[in-house]
Formats: sequence, C-alpha cells, structure tokens
Amino acid sequence: MENYSQYDVIVIGAGHAGVEAGLAASRKGMKTLMLTINLDNIAFMPCNPSVGGPAKGIVVREVDALGGEMAKVTDKTHIQMRMLNTGKGPAVRALRAQSDKVLYQQEMKRVLENQENLDILQGMVDEIIIEDDVVKGVRTNIGSVYHSSTVIITTGTFLRGEIILGDLKYSSGPNHQMPSVTLADQLKDLGFDIVRFKTGTPPRVNADSVDYSKTEIQPGDDVPRAFSFETTEFIMDQLPCWLTYTGESTHQIINDNLHLSAMYSGNIVGTGPRYCPSIEDKIVRFNDKPRHQIFLEPEGRETKEVYVQGLSTSMPEDVQRQMLASIPGLENARMMRAGYAIEYDALVPTQLWPTLETKKIDGLFTAGQINGTSGYEEAAGQGIIAGINAAAKILGEEPLILSRTDAYIGVLIDDLVTKGTNEPYRLLTSRAEHRLLLRHDNADMRLTEIGRKYGLITDARYDMFLTKKEQIEAEKARLGEIRIKPNAHTQSVIRSRGGTELKDGIMSLDLLRRPEMDYKSIMEILEEDIQVSTEVYEQIEIQTKYEGYIEKSLRQVDKMKRMEDKKIPHNIDYDAIHSLATEARDKLKTVKPLDLAQASRISGVNPADISILLIYIEQGNVKRVEA
Amino acid sequence: MQLETITSISTPNGEGAIGIVRLSGIDALAIADVLYRGKKQLAEVDSHTINYGHIVDPTTDEVIEEVMVAVMRAPRTYTREDIVEINCHGGIHTINRVLQLTLNHGARLAEPGEFTKRAFLNGRIDLSQAESVMDFIRAKTTQASKVAAGQMQGRLKSYIEDLRQRILNILAQVEVNIDYPEYDDVEEATTAFLLDEAKKVLVDIDDLLKDASQGRILREGLPTAIVGKPNVGKSSLLNYLVQDNKAIVTEIAGTTRDILEEYVNVGGIPLKLIDTAGIRDTDDIVEKIGVERSRAAIGSAALILYVMNYNDTLSTDDIEILESLARDDRQVIIVLNKTDLEQNMDLEALQSYGMPIVETSILHEAGLKQLEDEIAQLFFSGTVENADSTYVSNNRHIHLLEQSRSAIGDAIRSAEMDVPIDIVQIDLVKTWELLGEVIGEDVSEQLIDQLFSQFCLGK
Repeated sequence: MENYSQYDVIVIGAGHAGVEAGLAASRKGMKTLMLTINLDNIAFMPCNPSVGGPAKGIVVREVDALGGEMAKVTDKTHIQMRMLNTGKGPAVRALRAQSDKVLYQQEMKRVLENQENLDILQGMVDEIIIEDDVVKGVRTNIGSVYHSSTVIITTGTFLRGEIILGDLKYSSGPNHQMPSVTLADQLKDLGFDIVRFKTGTPPRVNADSVDYSKTEIQPGDDVPRAFSFETTEFIMDQLPCWLTYTGESTHQIINDNLHLSAMYSGNIVGTGPRYCPSIEDKIVRFNDKPRHQIFLEPEGRETKEVYVQGLSTSMPEDVQRQMLASIPGLENARMMRAGYAIEYDALVPTQLWPTLETKKIDGLFTAGQINGTSGYEEAAGQGIIAGINAAAKILGEEPLILSRTDAYIGVLIDDLVTKGTNEPYRLLTSRAEHRLLLRHDNADMRLTEIGRKYGLITDARYDMFLTKKEQIEAEKARLGEIRIKPNAHTQSVIRSRGGTELKDGIMSLDLLRRPEMDYKSIMEILEEDIQVSTEVYEQIEIQTKYEGYIEKSLRQVDKMKRMEDKKIPHNIDYDAIHSLATEARDKLKTVKPLDLAQASRISGVNPADISILLIYIEQGNVKRVEA
Repeated sequence: MQLETITSISTPNGEGAIGIVRLSGIDALAIADVLYRGKKQLAEVDSHTINYGHIVDPTTDEVIEEVMVAVMRAPRTYTREDIVEINCHGGIHTINRVLQLTLNHGARLAEPGEFTKRAFLNGRIDLSQAESVMDFIRAKTTQASKVAAGQMQGRLKSYIEDLRQRILNILAQVEVNIDYPEYDDVEEATTAFLLDEAKKVLVDIDDLLKDASQGRILREGLPTAIVGKPNVGKSSLLNYLVQDNKAIVTEIAGTTRDILEEYVNVGGIPLKLIDTAGIRDTDDIVEKIGVERSRAAIGSAALILYVMNYNDTLSTDDIEILESLARDDRQVIIVLNKTDLEQNMDLEALQSYGMPIVETSILHEAGLKQLEDEIAQLFFSGTVENADSTYVSNNRHIHLLEQSRSAIGDAIRSAEMDVPIDIVQIDLVKTWELLGEVIGEDVSEQLIDQLFSQFCLGK
C-alpha cells in the first residue's frame, strides 16, 4: 500500500476527453489516476447515440492514428455505420456510426480496467492542490488527497451544471447526475475567465410505442466500415434509424407554449450553439419552414430507448408529450426521458497554451467541453493531446502541438487557444483551410508517425502502416512506368467507362487521372489481378486524381510552415515594442502566440504588426549576421 | 536570402518628371526581362548598370514606355536581393501600367515598408536601426490604410460586397451539404448551379477590371461643380466642356431642374457636372448668386472648378468661399478666366490658398488644355477622390481583382471538368477571400455565420 496516493498524472472526469487523456498518459508509462463522480458513467453519451460525421468522423480517425481508443470502441459496439458525402470529393467523405450507448460504456470501461499504470476511482474532486501556481495534486469531497505534478480537468458540462426544463432550474450534471460546484468555485477563485454555455438534448421514447410504418427507414451501409485502421472484424448486423417530420400542429403547440419554454422565459443566461438549436429555436428563427426533420435513433441493441434527434427542447414535460404526439409515427409514443437544456461553466480557452496546459497554473491541463467545445469527438481529440502533453511534461519530451495542416485536431485546438469561442465550438469542415489534405482516408498517413514518436503506436500497428505506405509508393512508381497502348482492348475498357478513346499511348498513372477511370479499370486494361488492398489503391487514386489540387494546397502550407518556424520567445515583452498597434499588443499579450503563424491568426493583429514582430524577434539573428 | 519578388512605385505619387518602378527578389530580373526590350536581355547586362530600352505589354506587343532600367544584383543592393529599377517618364498613368505589368508577370505588390524590412532581415541595416524600421512600417501602414479607407467609400465597396455576398451564398449552400449531408431541406448545391453562379461573378469581375484598365474609371463620373460669381464665365466653361468634349454627353433629368447633371469626358476622365441647370438659369440674373448659392452647388462635388474673373478684384464673397473650400478636403482648381482682359486680380493672394490655378480665356479658347491636364493630373495621382463612383482606383485593388479573376476562372474550369464540388469550392473560397482583401474585411467567421443564419440545422 506504499505510496497509494502518489501519481504522475491525475485525470478528473471519465468522459470522452478524460478516457483518452488517461489512456494516453498511462500508455506513456505514467502512473495515472482517473477520478470520476460515478464509475457507472464512464464514457457516457448524454446526448445523441452517435459518433462521427463530417469533420468529427475525421477526428475519430485522427485519434486512432495517434493511438487513441474512440475508433476501436466504436467499431466494436456500433449498431450502424454509414459513409457520408460519398457523392462528393474524397476530402469531405466522413464516417458516422450509430452507437450502442451501453455497450460503448462497457467496452471503454473494460479497456480502462485492463490498462497498465491506470487506476480508476470513484470520487468527486473538490479542490486542485496548488502551491505557487504549480499543481501538486487533488483533494476529493471526502477529504482524500492524491498527489501528482500534472492534473487534467475533463469535467464536461458538470462544472456548476444546471438543468433547465420549462420554468424549472436546478443544480445538476448531465442526465441528472451530481454537478461539480466546489471545483467550479475554485477555478473562479484562481482567477480563470469563465463563460456560461448552454446545450440541450431531446426526449427519448420507447421503441415499442413508435409506429414505424409512418416513417422512412434509414439503413446503414451494406459494406464493411470501420473507424480504426486496425479493425479487422466488422459488424454487419445493423439496426436502421428512421426519419419522420414535425408538422403544422407541432409548430402550433410550440408557438402556443413558447412562453413556457426556458429559452424564451428568460431562464437561460448561457450561450447556446447555433448548430444545435432547440426545436423552439428553429420554429422561431425559421418560421416559414413547414416541417423539420426528426431522426429516430435506437440507443442500443438491448434497450428500447429511442433518441428523437431534431427535437432538442427545454419545454415542460407535458408540452414535450404533446409535441411528440403531433409527429407522424410518434402519435402514441411513450416518453422515457424528457429533453432538457443544461447550462455549465466553461473556461475561456485563450487561457490555454496549444498544449492544453493552462497559462496560469503550471501542470494544470484542461480538455473537452470545459474548453468551450461540444461533441464527443472534439472532446476525445483534446483528451488525447492533453494526456500526451501531461506525460511529455513529466518525461521532458517536446510537447505535441498539431498544426492546422496536420489534423482537424490541430484546427480545433488552434481555433480555441488563438481565437477563443463565443458559443460551444463544433468542428466543421469549413473551419479547415486545407481540408483536401485533412482527409478521412489519410489520417494514418498524417499522424501514425507522430503517434509512434510519442509511444502510443504498437510495433505491429507501425509495421502495418509502413507496409501500406511502401505499397502505395511502389505501386504508384510502377504505374508511372507502364505505358498503355491504344489497342482494341484498351479502347473497349475506356468506352465501357464512358471515356473518350486514346489517340496515343499513355502512362497508366496518367490515364488514371481521367475522372471516369479508376484503379480497377487500369488493372482491367493491363489484364492484371488486383494485388493491393482497397486502402492502398484508394490512396493511389486520390493522390493521382487530385494531385494538382493537393500540390496547390501544399504550396500554401509551405508558406505557413515558414511562419510557424519563426518562434516567438517565451519572455517577449510586447510593451517594449512601441510600434505595435494597441489592439494588436493587447491581443498578443492575452494569447501569447508561440510563433508568427499563430500570431497572424489572432483577429486584430494585422500584417504590419506581424512585420514589426518579425523584425523584433529577428534582431538576435541580425546581430549574428553583423558580427 | 532572396525572397519572392515584390514591386512598387518608389517615387511619390503624381509628382516629378521621373517615376520609378522597383522590383526586388529572386525573380526581379526574370520578370523585368519579360517586359523589357533593349539591346541585351537584362539577365545578361553587368550589375549596377543603367540600360536604355522600352517596356512593352508582352500580350499585345504594345510599347508602353521608353525607359532606363537600373540592374543591381545581390548582394550589393539595398535589400541584398536582386533589384531592378525601371525609370519611366510618361507620367502617373504610364507608370501605373508598368507596375501592373510587373504584377501580372509574377511580382507581388510590396507591403508598406517591405523593402526596408527586407534590407533589415538580410542584414543590410544594422541592429541599432531596428526600432526605426518598425516605426517606419507602422507609419507607412497607417498612411496607406488612411488612403485605402478613403478610396473604399461608396459604390465600389458596395459593388464588391454584393459580389462577395453572392459568392457567400454559393459557398454556404455547398458547405451545408457537406457538413449536414442528411438534411433534405437544403437544396443540393450542384456543380451546374455553382458553375452558373460563378460565371456571372466572373463577368462582373471582368467588368470591373475592364473599367480599371481603361484609365481606372468609370461607372459614374467624378462629381464636379462649376462655381463662381455671376459673369465670370461659368456657363462658357460649361458649354466648352459639354460641346467640345462631345464624347459622352448624357442628360439625366432629376426631380427638379436644379439637379440636372451632365456627363462629359475630359482627357479620359469622366466628369459628372453638377447643377448645370443652375448655372444656365441664373448666370445672368445678377443678384441671385452669392455665397449660399455657391455652397449649394458645391454640394457633394469631389472636384470644384472655381471660376474667377482676371479682370475683377478679390471680393469678400470670394474670400469667404475660398476659405471654406480650403478647410474642406475637396479638391479645387481655380480657373482664372478672361485673361484677355486687364489684370486686376491679386495673384499672390490667390496663391496663398494653395490651390492649383489655371489661367484661361475661354472666349479665345486659351488655357483650356492646361485645365484638362490639371484635372487629369489630380485624378490619376489620386489626389482627388471620387466618393461616389465604382472605379478601381489603386494598384493593390487591381492586383487583387486580377487574382480573384484567376481564382474564379480556376473554379469554373474545375467545375467544367466535373471535379467534385468540394474541390471546386477551394478556388471559390479563395475568390471570396481575395475580394474581401480588396475591401479590407476580416473573413474568418463570416462563412460559418452565414451557414447558421441561412439554414436550419442541428439535432
């Protein structure tokens, strides 16, 4: 029992950020403690039972490529998977899974329980022990003390959580769990800037009470799909979702009861996300729309609970029942849980370094919804980075900061720490400047080396990655050297794909560039069997067909990388640079950018300020030139 | 280290007999050689030499200017990069064309203070001067943005805002399909839809640029007022401008005869003459005119032709009006008419107002060419600003518009080749951002704002 209270890393919370943080730290050999208010709620999904989607799905792939867990657990427990945007370009394809909430939690808990170096413990942290602005450990509400040199707070919506339902408002975490109030007080007392955010969830109904004949079926894809690059077993037995609509009468009910809704009764002070409006919000803001889509999503295989996506609301319970009854298919639906809105404290994220360590307290990291984001995937993406960096700090390794051109996780964290956010932040593909580089299909190519460097990628996984990479290069090189002759066989294959016949011979790789051609057609022309995996030839197709666009993006990336190479010294004194504009100076002092690229993204810092900053920091180098 | 090539006019705008376009950077010589016709290629001449030749527009082979070109190779130059300085003689209009050509052939417009910044970064300026380099950049930027802000008033701004809003609508539609593929209530933004809209935008950018190249002009004329006491020759001047510059004469009837406007073209500059009816109606009704009347006529004019009689003495009315004009930002040309008569006007007193003075005898058609030149000079040098017109007035704008045109051209070509819409979108976003730069707008959150205000989305 010696030293039972001494850890390297302590993670407060076991949601989607917390589990990735805890796993990353312990996998890096750190003795890690994960504290959660309720052990039965590890990796709980308090809102929609799904993982992935545009941008978010790519984050899941990125977490996987870095050595995280979300993808694998989703692959093992989902009830349905679909590839979205298949009719568009490769850059925006995204996978989405409908999750089995209970199985997801069980599987994630199993992984945690079996993780070396990781202790999970039920307990509520009331205080972070800090001496001279340096983290020393945590104290729980029953007075236990655990020591560590780094603490990662991943408390989600628990901080001073308040549930709002009609004119009711009461202190509560999500799904009516215990909120974390004392810790919220401490963060305020420490002088952190806190904002009040709001989010919400729709009611759940019993599947047996739904008349599915009045709805449209939404099946999963009938081809095997997986998030993880390691997954080899695919779940093909899937459950469908169902689509129905609100109608005139639903809107009438909402309008008649608008005065009872928490949103319009003045009960809510927090800022809600625009991308996740309540149904009452939608009706008010888009009152000319005759109907809104409602997706019925099973919450799992062994439960009858169905999530009514699209009906997020904070109306009183009886109004929610009336609303449900007005929707085709839900006329007799029995509500199992009412929807509600929840308000919570979040940290203004510009108080963080891009490592997710707070600037104020050494060794204190935060990840997930506490940083002003929303979504399980955004949380997981931050969790793994915070976990890696807490461990890296102890191990004396260089911190992991993903660039905007490396990953959506990089875009997410950079947006948060550089620009902040005035509503719960959701990733969208349009937030990335170079989404053609940040694709679903190449997440492993982008990040496996990094995951490996930080010790989160196993030998077997790494070998698999290297093999794939070599195969892609070899096959591309080979096709670049095989000339296709315009003979009858070639022309007939091309014709069958709707292309125009060849006039001269052409290299196979160049023929592949044609929009109508794919790898399989080339193999047919060459009369060869396909020797490489789908993943390999998919890479060849994308890299070849979009080469021009990819190179264009890469050139822009090069420009930005040059700016990223210009590091700003930690001890820079912005007040000493007189020529900076006042607004720029104030912003720079708050954000404390690490390099010129980050500085240039701060709103209010203009190109002249960047020039001035460049000259200021180059003075050291100039001195050397002169000497 | 040699960086990408930058270019700018390095002599003060509009003044002096010689204007210099200066290029610095890795491709300075190569870019100059595309435009230069002389005895030798500039790449072959010795460093630190001056070379005689011509600048031509390589796309049309039109000779733009007779020039002396100084070639200075790195590292013994101000920036320690290759520098080419093109000395032009043909006035501000020509020098602008030379600058445009360097921009069109691969140079980038220098930021304020950028030559000096490079000199510093390449170790040309020593450390003790770093502070002054930073101050220099700040001062230059403040000055440049003041000028830019002045130029971005009015119609060009709203024209570009409108273009951007149209692009934004396309973008939002495409984005919403990408980020919310399951929402059926958003119409699928097809490539055909995008192509259609993009082509319309291209036409409009083309129009703007066409205007720009025809003397950086002209949807509306420069609002110009002819002002002065009775019987100084206002209506003769008006008649001269209208009749002898027959090129564009349009009459737009206003709500009252008082605001009748006439359009004339003076040396390539479109003028919108304000209150011509007022001049014609009242010129011979002696007592009706005075300070008040002149003030009203001045109204919204950007250029004021203040006509005076050479034969008169300076009256108190004149002094009052001239003083109020001098306080104003608007540009005034004093037209000292009737030089065929005896001089009674106190020229020295007039000069003290610091306004250009042109002596004319409209009756004998003397001095009118000088007046036209003076108007053109003010216009091209950017001294006089046209608050109410859609003309592309500076090289930065033209350069950005050229880039916007090429970006949307790329988008159209991709769409025509059936490239997936999200990839076509890349160039469309770029067009939108470039147009944003023209009017100096921060673009970061606009698209996302548009997305959520236009469409109803979410769980």
